[in-house]
Amino acid sequence: MIVDWLIDWFPTSVAWPGLTFVVVVILCAIPVFVFIALYALVAIYGELKISSFIQDKVGPMGQGVGLHAWRWGLLQPVADALKLILKEDIIPSSADKKLFILAPFIVFIGAFIAFSALPFSQTLIIADMNIGIFYILAVSSLGVIGIILAGWSSNNKWSLYGAMRSAAQIISYEIPVALSIVVVIMLTGTMSMQGIIQYQSGLIWGFLPNWLIFNNPFTFLAFIIFFISGVAECNRTPFDIPEAESELVAGAFTEYSGMRYAFFFLSEYANMFVVSGVAATAFMGGWLSPIPGMLNTPAWGLFWFMSKSMFLIFMMIWFRWTFPRLRVDQLMDVCWKGFIPISLFNIFGVGIWHLIVG
Amino acid sequence: MGIVKGDQMVLNIGPQHPSTHGVLRLKVVTDGEIVSDIEPIIGYLHRCFEKHCENSTYEQVIPFTDRCDYIASMNNNFGYVVAMEKLMEIKVPDRVEYIRIIMAELNRIASHLLALGVYGLDVGAFTPFLYMFRDRERILDIFELTCGARLLYNYMWVGGVSHDLPVGFVETVYGFLDYFEPKLKEYNEILTYNKIFIERTADVGVLPPEVAISYGVSGPNLRGSGVKWDLRKDEPYSIYERFDFEVPVGEGTVGTTGDCWDRFYVRMLEMIESAKILRQALKNLPQDGDVHQAIPKKIRPPKGSIYQRTESPRGDLAYYIISDGSPEPYRLKMRSPAFTALSVLNEISRGWMLSDVIAILGSLDIVLGEIDR
Repeated sequence: MIVDWLIDWFPTSVAWPGLTFVVVVILCAIPVFVFIALYALVAIYGELKISSFIQDKVGPMGQGVGLHAWRWGLLQPVADALKLILKEDIIPSSADKKLFILAPFIVFIGAFIAFSALPFSQTLIIADMNIGIFYILAVSSLGVIGIILAGWSSNNKWSLYGAMRSAAQIISYEIPVALSIVVVIMLTGTMSMQGIIQYQSGLIWGFLPNWLIFNNPFTFLAFIIFFISGVAECNRTPFDIPEAESELVAGAFTEYSGMRYAFFFLSEYANMFVVSGVAATAFMGGWLSPIPGMLNTPAWGLFWFMSKSMFLIFMMIWFRWTFPRLRVDQLMDVCWKGFIPISLFNIFGVGIWHLIVG
Repeated sequence: MGIVKGDQMVLNIGPQHPSTHGVLRLKVVTDGEIVSDIEPIIGYLHRCFEKHCENSTYEQVIPFTDRCDYIASMNNNFGYVVAMEKLMEIKVPDRVEYIRIIMAELNRIASHLLALGVYGLDVGAFTPFLYMFRDRERILDIFELTCGARLLYNYMWVGGVSHDLPVGFVETVYGFLDYFEPKLKEYNEILTYNKIFIERTADVGVLPPEVAISYGVSGPNLRGSGVKWDLRKDEPYSIYERFDFEVPVGEGTVGTTGDCWDRFYVRMLEMIESAKILRQALKNLPQDGDVHQAIPKKIRPPKGSIYQRTESPRGDLAYYIISDGSPEPYRLKMRSPAFTALSVLNEISRGWMLSDVIAILGSLDIVLGEIDR
């Protein structure tokens, strides 16, 4: 949408079409990057405060001097980010320097380019591709390459452990994620993000909004599987075994510090948003209002989409501060012996339900 | 340490690692995630405690005992003064005995809270750790109220205690107990019966009772294996025979008897028993009596030796003191329960995964200050 609009707006007299492409890409990328940075600050502050609430402490309260001292500690994440930027950039002497430098960017790019297909509202979407959801699934698995590179190039045994665990985990959990999305595609008949949302407008069972999560029991199950597998793909507790602070120090990121580490951190939060955004789009009606037919302007659409995504992010934060961590083989058991068979069964279930109930 | 085969790798866990519980180094031979051999390398915290004692007077030894097991300093003081009083045949007033029991049991709760909280951290649960530290803080406040120190108390002296109880102490401890006992339910809800926690700890690192006994493992680790052995009950020292309490043992509630979960849960139950002892001690605490009355002017025990065992939160803590009649001990040997617990690590964690080794190490509840001495 935004892409189409920009291309239309760009003077057609420019002789070289490559220039249009470059300018449009840059004009799209900058707001997305700014959005991720701002959202990460909010999410980190939220994580600090929610964890404090769960753990019976106060969290950042505006004590001390400088940025920390601002009201309710609101600038705490800004201070943290500044600290990471100003820190010395350490590259271990035995590391494979090129790959070591490259790894954080690959991880970040995977999360970053997935944003271009997220429908923030009726009109606010970078590009409404006809294969939108498929595209997001494809690019969000790019991050695992970066993590493997980080683990390998650090030349550290802990990093290697973290990378191998991460590779196994992310690749395994791709499957239940994709199988759950198959359910969505079966029902909606489209892979376009906007198309999926438009399918969910109206009412179901007479009083509920026609979101896929309410559509039938199988789609509800698909949502649960999608969300839990999504948490696993973000490497969040209880699936944070690639970082596993008490076992692997910091897993693949052990040797990283300063800005390079910050990029991994940013990608984790960006990934959380992508997973939540896709879950909100595919199962919870995206930018659709919870009261069908009311408050459905594009501005409200942005509000609804952000609320739904942020609610799911809150759930992830809640998980993190409540659960212990699974062991690596148990994690695989959950995926291969639990989620994948259930997802496969789910596809049949949805098909039969669709045939009988309609 | 066995021979490292082609597809194996040697991994150093520690001395700087988030979950080695101090400066411990584990040399681990791994095959992928599977651990085939572990060699604990200790001594990073060796401070020549026993040698120092030979050059200190008997009073000066007490602060050293504080610094051995710094998580349960009161219990370490207790073991030493009980041994010294037996050697010198000192009869201490009842009030002192009750005060000591109150302090020792409070410190046992504090020590178990730390052990359980950190164990939660080891398996990846952050929140229970902070809950337990929040409550442990209250016990430290009580200690601060009593003797001014929060970690290293130097509170129990040969023949007495350093300070009498402050005004309002009994009410404060009652207040703590009323606050603390319902909290155990909270811990159980968030950690003990959590499905993931049970997955991680049940059937993991099973320590059979025969192995435990042959390695000399004691305390909650031994009781976790189902052996009912508690020196407070079986070889009562001080006035423990006057109290009514149970000795909880592991029963394999969710897995095999002697697994990590049992060792964890035994500590949880022991806190309930300690609270029970505390209530009885507070009820029967004699109101008058000088806590300094029985303190000898000069500590110069007769020639001879003594071996006295006491039940510290970590197990069978014993002092072997040889006196040559001078004001300094000729030799002082401390039998550390954490040392024997660590020695069994290789036996029970071979064949488990790297994550399990951390879980097993955490369930043994070692304190490096006591192992290295």
